[in-house]
Amino acid sequence: MRRLDALKLLYPDLANRVVVTIMGAVAAELQSIGHRSNFFYLQHAMGLASSLGLGIALSRPELSVVVFDGDGSVLMNLGGLTTLARYRPRNLVHVVFDNESLLSVGGFPTATSTGSDLAAIAAAAGVPRTATVRTLDELRTEFDAAVASRELTTIVAKVEAVGPAGYVTDLSLLENRYQFQRYLKGPQSS
Amino acid sequence: MPVSVSSSKLIYDCLKDGGVRIISALPETWLVHLIRMADEDRDMTLVRLAKEEEGVGISAGAHLAGVKSAMLMQNHGFLASINGIVSCAQLYRIPLLMLISHRGEFGERDPWQTEGGGVTEHVLDALRIPHTRLESPDHVGRRIQKAQTLANSASRPVALLLCRDLMWEEPV
Repeated sequence: MRRLDALKLLYPDLANRVVVTIMGAVAAELQSIGHRSNFFYLQHAMGLASSLGLGIALSRPELSVVVFDGDGSVLMNLGGLTTLARYRPRNLVHVVFDNESLLSVGGFPTATSTGSDLAAIAAAAGVPRTATVRTLDELRTEFDAAVASRELTTIVAKVEAVGPAGYVTDLSLLENRYQFQRYLKGPQSS
Repeated sequence: MPVSVSSSKLIYDCLKDGGVRIISALPETWLVHLIRMADEDRDMTLVRLAKEEEGVGISAGAHLAGVKSAMLMQNHGFLASINGIVSCAQLYRIPLLMLISHRGEFGERDPWQTEGGGVTEHVLDALRIPHTRLESPDHVGRRIQKAQTLANSASRPVALLLCRDLMWEEPV
């Protein structure tokens, strides 16, 4: 499975959800499909996308939050999984794209390439629903099940270690930040 | 435990009056009463963290979602949060209200606290984070309020250092 195809598969489901992504390939690929004002790309602070999503989910229980995370980022904030699990917001779906490498910086293999299992780690941290998916069909099934369950779910999507040619887009960081905040203030988010 | 209940209450009430509704925290001796007050308050969401840097993400999400928050941590927790402060809060112009228990100054008996106390203010300066010290009860109300005002107008992190003379009631 390619991450870009996975994002294209879920893209129609994101129209009315609040989306937080990590930096690098995930942010660039989602923007290549089509930026929306309800998407926020945390273009640094590796590990904190799930914490930021948790902050939104706890602040606004009426919103549906989707976090697109990565193996490298999750590994930098494994403790964050225990905090997510502790508060287990029912309005958050945590999708981790696991390409077993730090692709954006040259493909350095992460610990998931040598056997660390992020879905098992999330489950052991106390996340009530977890799954590992390897195909688009499995991703479709598990994402729909996660949304329907109304329980915190971590879906680890195993993807190929391929990405876009570049990561810088013409959307400035602060433009994205203020547009996203305005979306959350506006009537479309409630 | 001679942590000042009255100073803790003063600080807590000021945060509450300032509209803070989410507090992230990691335990530290001087913060026990503040954390308990947040835990017992049904109008407050207390987020117990595994590591302080997560609190930057929590506060950033809360801010973007329109909720005021504060972070309670020891100065070593601040030191552990620096990447998040720089690459999330400063990069994205997020106001953070950081209340840092300032261990390791004059009177400190725990040897393991002494290095952090010596570098905290220098690191805050290096990060260009406006900060001030809360050393007595009459500092609390106005300085917290002013810190919150600056954080919001500048859209940047600010820090309040909770000092020994405010937080610790043990006779010298």
